[in-house]
Amino acid sequence: MDKPWNNRAWLLVLPVVAIVAFSAILPLMTVVNYSVQDIFGPGQAYWVGTEWYRKVLEDERLRDALLRQMLYSLAVLAIEIPLGVAIALCMPSGKGWRTSLTLVLLALPLLIPWNVVGTIWQIFARGDIGLGGAALQRLGLDYNYTGDPLDAWLTVLAMDVWHWTSLVALLAYAGLQAIPPAFYQAAKIDGASRWSVFRYIQLPKMRGVLIIAVLLRFMDSFMIYTEPFVLTGGGPGNATTFLSQFLTRMAVGQFDLGVAAAFSIIYFLIVLLFSYVFYTFITKVGTGDAR
Amino acid sequence: MATIELRDIAHSYRPDPRGPSDYALRRLSRSWEDGTACALLGPSGCGKTTLLNIISGLITPSEGRILFGGRDVTGLSPERRNIAQVFQFPVIYDTMTVYDNLAFPLRNRGMARPDLDRRVRRVAELLDLTGDLKRRAQRLTPDAKQKISLGRGLVREDVAAILFDEPLTVIDPHMKWQLRRKLREIHKEVRLSLIYVTHDQVEALTFADQVAVMVDGAIVQVGTPQELFEEPAHTFVGYFIGSPGMNLLPCELAEGGARVDGIPIPLPAGPRPDAGPHAGPGARYEIGIRPEFLEIDHLGRAAGNGGAAPGLVPVDVTDVAFLGTHRIVTARLGRHTVKVKLDEGRPVPGDPGLRFPPGRTKLYRDGVLVN
Amino acid sequence: MTLRLEDVSKRVGAALHLDGISLALEPGSFNVLLGRTLAGKTSLLRLMAGLDKPTGGRILEDGRDVTGVPAGRRDVAMVYQQFINYPSFTVYENIASPLRRQGLGRDEIDRRVRGTAAMLHIEGLLDRLPGQLSGGQQQRTAIARALVKGARLLLLDEPLVNLDYKLREELRAELRQLFRDTGTIVVYATTEPAEALIMGGNTAVLHEGRLIQHGPTAEVYGQPVTADCAAIFSDPPMNFLDAILSDDRLMLGDGTALPLAAHDRGLPPGPCRVGIRANHLSVVRPNDMAVAIRARVELAEISGSETFIHVGHAGVPLVAQEHGVHPHQIGETIALYVDPTRIFVFAPDGTLQAAPARVPQRRRGVA
Repeated sequence: MDKPWNNRAWLLVLPVVAIVAFSAILPLMTVVNYSVQDIFGPGQAYWVGTEWYRKVLEDERLRDALLRQMLYSLAVLAIEIPLGVAIALCMPSGKGWRTSLTLVLLALPLLIPWNVVGTIWQIFARGDIGLGGAALQRLGLDYNYTGDPLDAWLTVLAMDVWHWTSLVALLAYAGLQAIPPAFYQAAKIDGASRWSVFRYIQLPKMRGVLIIAVLLRFMDSFMIYTEPFVLTGGGPGNATTFLSQFLTRMAVGQFDLGVAAAFSIIYFLIVLLFSYVFYTFITKVGTGDAR
Repeated sequence: MATIELRDIAHSYRPDPRGPSDYALRRLSRSWEDGTACALLGPSGCGKTTLLNIISGLITPSEGRILFGGRDVTGLSPERRNIAQVFQFPVIYDTMTVYDNLAFPLRNRGMARPDLDRRVRRVAELLDLTGDLKRRAQRLTPDAKQKISLGRGLVREDVAAILFDEPLTVIDPHMKWQLRRKLREIHKEVRLSLIYVTHDQVEALTFADQVAVMVDGAIVQVGTPQELFEEPAHTFVGYFIGSPGMNLLPCELAEGGARVDGIPIPLPAGPRPDAGPHAGPGARYEIGIRPEFLEIDHLGRAAGNGGAAPGLVPVDVTDVAFLGTHRIVTARLGRHTVKVKLDEGRPVPGDPGLRFPPGRTKLYRDGVLVN
Repeated sequence: MTLRLEDVSKRVGAALHLDGISLALEPGSFNVLLGRTLAGKTSLLRLMAGLDKPTGGRILEDGRDVTGVPAGRRDVAMVYQQFINYPSFTVYENIASPLRRQGLGRDEIDRRVRGTAAMLHIEGLLDRLPGQLSGGQQQRTAIARALVKGARLLLLDEPLVNLDYKLREELRAELRQLFRDTGTIVVYATTEPAEALIMGGNTAVLHEGRLIQHGPTAEVYGQPVTADCAAIFSDPPMNFLDAILSDDRLMLGDGTALPLAAHDRGLPPGPCRVGIRANHLSVVRPNDMAVAIRARVELAEISGSETFIHVGHAGVPLVAQEHGVHPHQIGETIALYVDPTRIFVFAPDGTLQAAPARVPQRRRGVA
């Protein structure tokens, strides 16, 4: 919309512009700078052009990490979105202590700091003293997330689901609450089944919030760092080493600043591209434009 | 198809209603013949929507029973009552085409494809939606969406009644005319029972054969539009129906008529109204006359030789509002204001007097018509 | 204040919402903005308020260009369709809020809040919260909040549309009194012809983003410049029939000949469209000049005081508005009388060629 001009508005926006410039744009430009130069120290930089980028793209380990990352993000979406919607559908509606209690319980995992979440699960999943891990072993399962890649994977996934499904559920719940009661009454009168009500009323009306949920969960899971770092440290082997952790190891551990910078830029572009594709695709699904 | 019968229905939203003021709907019994178009008319909070929801089955009444064609349906849910409903805001299935919207209730009931197709197409034709069948329902105008809502009721063979909850709220004035016309045409064609809830007198009166006027959880009068207009049984009906509503003037009874601020107004001949059983010394009397029935005339000309004309009451005209097809004259009569509806083209006399035709002048005791 | 719009346009993406609107509103005038849904009424009000900026043209207040000036720095108040009040403020605080922002003294605020509340008959509700009020009371509060500022431009966007019919009737009459004799420019948007007539003042007819006509309400009603304008300003809708005009008569499509009246004599011969308002189509013969057309009854809507007879005539749907109750059988063929002195004649492109003479109007102080 074309709003009338008010110069005073700039004063209000200025702090944000400044913060974004310092926290995002400047660092990003520094990274771009590093990615095209070989830097040995202050004043000792040599132009290398696209060499770092070539090196990154040829790196096997990086391709593995990227593949692992995508698999992980897809798994997160595939579990959390349907599960979140299912929880929202089961939640009590209207005002009352039941609704309030459910909302508080759901919000709890979202309030816990990420590294604490990692620590909680690290203990919870331990085979000797952890409630979850020990219970699984008692059941006769050979469960060991520090040694077995599959167990490690499942544990990281379970942790993410525990941590973030609430968010999806809360968003979906908000979407459901916005549906006028007349729609349910009409569906009743039309003799619609529970499934039809979901498919033709609830799902279409939740579209908007689900788009947001998918985007948030995709971007967040694609950039996951803290929790697996605390829980598994990326192991066993590289089984749970995702992109961000790989990147950190490269930059901080091996001090390969140039390669890491090039990698960062590529990483950034991938997230941007995926988000864009997701967004344009999902906003058209269900509106008839995709047909 | 069925007669709808309400037996001693009452409803309260409180778990333990005590006085009558706790009831959203006070006890009432009523029945509507099969195939009638009836309207429930009243201001917000009068209980009309509660009554509609009791008929549709969305609310189970606290007291009383409801019967469809003799069958007790009091405890049945809406889907088992064979009714359809059109809501205030169009309810359509956004992701479906118009065809699928219309077919939806039939598919849910497992109707075979050829039958289903035939019925959907017939209803689409009835509603002038044939050209839109393949379009997505979401893209249509509000009036087309309301037609789809109605169509989902019409396709079903088993529907006993279609209920309407202020269905024209979101429709533009010029489209309202077309939709109302369509509704009446369909009623003539399919002869279903239709129950229409609204606060809009024009919609109620033009739509229905029988209008029930409601206020404070009770039905105050049921009648044809003409009866409600010409013989309001209650001052509320007089006020609520008609635009502007009936002129209501507090009065005292006198020999051969009534006196408003000492000014005599003739009443139709008959037994003295204060002789009846309800007439106590504290009774409050009002005369009521519709602005359409008041006649305005020249005081002088009608009087002939000087004196005031018989039956003409002198008034001061304070305002004349032009409303296109007619004018509304506001005049002062004693301490009261009266409105007179005047046809386009009829001049307002310079020395105005009002005539109260006795047949059109009603007398009310404590709000109730005395006759 | 005088508000002038000069060739104002508003484009959103590819859609032209307002197209070259020029309009001058005098101080103290009451202006109805009449148009159907999506005609551009709300867009125009938003431009007048300074909530949006036009994509073309200028907006002048007392000759001063205020085109880009935002609403916060203009002397304007607005009332919306929805009842918009601060939910956590009492009615008193709601009404007082614009005055507090102006930094007025406590006594002054109290005096003005109580005065305005009394005008809108909500003086007894000042301690309540909006949630405890009925729809009508909520909208009265919103109107009071808009009025209390004493802004020189007051915009109302279909303020009564969400109220009950009877409540609408009452509030309408009150508003009409309220706005008299203030120096404020009032702009009142509505879709309903009847509302425009009751409110009086001036009417501007908006259709598909264009301003078709602006003038005194009775004049716009009596002499609509185009057929579109007449259709928008008629309820029930105006009846239109195709006809051929010659020197001495109007020949309707079905062969009926209408004699010419004083107002449509001497027009250029050729095809034209005849417009007849529903109340000028009658089952009763109004005078000797009236000519009957045959029509098939499709529906008779009886409202108690009036009957709307819907008929088909040579494939065209028509509506006749009659006093009293006139029951008619569906499918029955009846004669409807057209009074040649009451018809409108439009050119094939819709331009008004002749309008019937109007009855002289006297509004107030007739005694």
